[in-house]
Amino acid sequence: MTASAASEMTGVIRAQLAAALLSMDPAGFGGALVRTSRYDAVERWLADLRAMLPPEAPITRLPLGIPDDRLLGGLDLAMTLAQGRPVAERGLLARTDGGVLILPCAERASGALISRLTEVLDTRIAVPRGHAVGAPQPARLGVIALDEGDGEDEHVAASLGDRLAFHLLLEPGEFAAAPNELFVDAATVARARAAYAQVEISDQRVTSLVALAAAFGVPSLRAVALAVRAARGCAALDDRRSVNDDDCAAAAALVLGPRATQRPLAPPPPPPEDEEPAAPEEPNEGEEPDPPDPPEPPSPPDDAPPDDNESLSEEQMRELEELMIRAVQATLPVGLTIDAPMRTARAGATGGRSGNDRSGGLRGRQVGTRRGDPRAGGRLDLLETLRAAAPWQKLRPAPAGDTGRVRVRVRSDDFRLRRLVEPAGTTAIFVVDASGSAAINRMAEAKGAVELLLAEAYSRRDEVGLVAFRGTQAEVLLPPTRAIAAAKRALVALPGGGGTPLASAIDRARDLVTQARRTGNDTVVVFLTDARANIARDGTPGRPQAESDALASAQALRAIGATTLLIDTSPRPTEIAKRLAAALGARYVALPRTDAQGIHRAVSAAMPTAGA
Amino acid sequence: MFIPFPFSAIVGQDEMKRAILLTAVDPTIGGVLILGHRGTAKSTAVRALPALLPPMSVVTGCRYGCDPHAEGRKCHDCLAREAAGEKLRSHKAPVPVVDLPLGATEDRVVGALDLERALTRGEKAYEPGLLARAHRGYLYVDEINLLEDHLVDLLLDVSTTGENVVEREGISVRHPARFVLVGSGNPEEGDLRPQLLDRFGLSVEVTTTTDLDARVEVIKRRDAFDRDPDGFSAKWAEADHEASKKVERARKKVATLVVPDAVLRQAAQLCAAVGTDGVRGELALLRGGRALAAFDGAKHVTTEHLRAIAPSALRHRLRRNVLDDVGSTVRIDRALDELFGA
Repeated sequence: MTASAASEMTGVIRAQLAAALLSMDPAGFGGALVRTSRYDAVERWLADLRAMLPPEAPITRLPLGIPDDRLLGGLDLAMTLAQGRPVAERGLLARTDGGVLILPCAERASGALISRLTEVLDTRIAVPRGHAVGAPQPARLGVIALDEGDGEDEHVAASLGDRLAFHLLLEPGEFAAAPNELFVDAATVARARAAYAQVEISDQRVTSLVALAAAFGVPSLRAVALAVRAARGCAALDDRRSVNDDDCAAAAALVLGPRATQRPLAPPPPPPEDEEPAAPEEPNEGEEPDPPDPPEPPSPPDDAPPDDNESLSEEQMRELEELMIRAVQATLPVGLTIDAPMRTARAGATGGRSGNDRSGGLRGRQVGTRRGDPRAGGRLDLLETLRAAAPWQKLRPAPAGDTGRVRVRVRSDDFRLRRLVEPAGTTAIFVVDASGSAAINRMAEAKGAVELLLAEAYSRRDEVGLVAFRGTQAEVLLPPTRAIAAAKRALVALPGGGGTPLASAIDRARDLVTQARRTGNDTVVVFLTDARANIARDGTPGRPQAESDALASAQALRAIGATTLLIDTSPRPTEIAKRLAAALGARYVALPRTDAQGIHRAVSAAMPTAGA
Repeated sequence: MFIPFPFSAIVGQDEMKRAILLTAVDPTIGGVLILGHRGTAKSTAVRALPALLPPMSVVTGCRYGCDPHAEGRKCHDCLAREAAGEKLRSHKAPVPVVDLPLGATEDRVVGALDLERALTRGEKAYEPGLLARAHRGYLYVDEINLLEDHLVDLLLDVSTTGENVVEREGISVRHPARFVLVGSGNPEEGDLRPQLLDRFGLSVEVTTTTDLDARVEVIKRRDAFDRDPDGFSAKWAEADHEASKKVERARKKVATLVVPDAVLRQAAQLCAAVGTDGVRGELALLRGGRALAAFDGAKHVTTEHLRAIAPSALRHRLRRNVLDDVGSTVRIDRALDELFGA
């Protein structure tokens, strides 16, 4: 088969076509983002890919947590020590030159690894770590990012996904039912590989792909460039020297479909009739859950313009567009509200995990040494390393070519790294309503609770911050601190009375949460308020505006994912406080007559890492 | 081996291209912050710089790439060689553009004990890091908003002093590290620390163009480049060379350009009107406006230059209200219209 009738392609055929294109030019297409819940489906797809790649093309697997010099190249420490002269070793990326690199658990890859991969995809070279370790090495490769995450919050980093041409969803059932043979053989791919740089694509077809991307809400121009490349690849697979409509449709289905974020505003005309598509590659189409059954193209592919590059009439352009739209539509889930169908990381998703990462072990207090490889990024403890090597000196033979300069024979077993700990802390931010006379009663309890927490902070390294709001503005009385004396002074000086600028208070709390996160601390925000906001964000009085501002601010605080607790201090539980708690995503505690101990217990229960 | 996409062949994104070229005219402007979505030619523009900018002369054998003409600002090695009566030779080298990847270790950035020499020869030697390699060139941090805090601290420190001081593992080294910091990122994925924001002289917001013709042109050029990188680069070599000449001419001119007092006063008024903190805003306006005037071949720095550079120089310095919809650029434009007339 050729790429014809792209709208009829099953998921299996699309996956095979993607494998064929990728095997033609791994670096050119960047690679594939493969998502599945079943590993055997991936194995099968990888086997297809392997069958079509040239036999000499390397296929490597990237272990998560690979140190930089294994990835990019660097000093071979063991050989260097044995030979007494620098010996460079090639990194995994350079060893994958011309082939594909498989990245398992791509959704869990660190930001650091992702940025190295995107750099190598952009530059196609690997720059070894260290200065004396040799020249940059060619690393023209494709990355197969395997996304095995089932959790909704785990996504492959968007910066990587954007550079990979194909985003595939492999449905295990579909694959089990598919025939075993490939529809493209390795010989065809090899011919196409040699020819595809010469394949021409007309400006009009480029224009229609650009327009199509816009219609389906694909903003990335990189994606369109990859689609153009895929169209040329399809033509080459079909042994043609210029791109035709079907190639564009197939490319659109492969590259743009999975990136679609919206349906085109003007839908294509409804199909003339709902006839069964004749699809020989799809014997068990009953088991094919994914695309809606696409209509047969109204004009058969024979009507497609000839292969040379004459310009298309308006009618032909329109047909091309419709063909592509159907092809893309066929890849979209039924009844779709497209929201990120092929789920690359969305706002904030990449930052969160690594932002709180404390396990780097490069900062903090030294608590001893451990055996390890300094190339992984640890800090070498030179003295301990030499001490570890010392007892063995007599036993260790002089390395070949030893000129007597090597005094100490150190082997990689001897390396000792500093063990550093950077303790995680919790920051509790109290947001205290100091408005009006009623709240003054509450202030005493709030002060008491903060003091209790401060006492514990000494032993637990918790930080406590204090925001008070009254009058027209909230004020950070105490930025998160462990300094007991300063904290107590701020507490004593806390005044009361005036209006309730709740929105402003929530905004200040949000600032403090953001700051605390940067130091790696977990945060909990405790509101002590009756939630009766009467000062809007801009400081003007007026209850309705003040309340809607407060709710908007609450949602903004919730959006950054803060743990919150709302202690309702009004004489009896109120509706507005509950609504505010809901907007905050906060635990709501009605403590009409609480005392310092009561508040303290509630806060301790909410602390995410209490006692850590 | 790596053929970059030619700078001049980048379609649109004029503000970004201009900001980058202005820092080549006057590196003291500070860094460039590029905020925008993916696929907006951010990385492409930065990676094209070594091929575009006029090569610089460096002291042969100096591992920090010292400028042979920089009196008194050379590294200790060069000073020692001069003191020993050596006549330093020099050669031409491309302007360095160094990537600082997320998750880089501190050792890698500031440099560290040269393990290889320590272990094989028992010598205590310093292996320079990325900061040394970026000296007199560009340090590029993609996704700078996700950069780890300890690296941000480092960058802040070095960008203030222009010097990298290393005290670790028994090494005590200091070397010049003056570079233009180019950071890019998608603001939706995280904010930058205000201190770091303030260090950037200019900031630009890039968006994917929605103009169909422009998008088609982008794709056509990309496709032509992918198919024949050498041929495509040759086709744009002329345009790149022109830009490079323009930078060179502007560099000569910028030192002698005087900013009239009236224009300085306008800069101060503008900063006061939009409410920027500190004097970095004024400085960025002044240096940016002067570099722009030099780049345009103007004889004086005028209000028009100020207006043209103001959004880039100020938009990242405004106090932000998280829920305010009015963008910084709009606020600056309003202030400009009020002060200088629409």
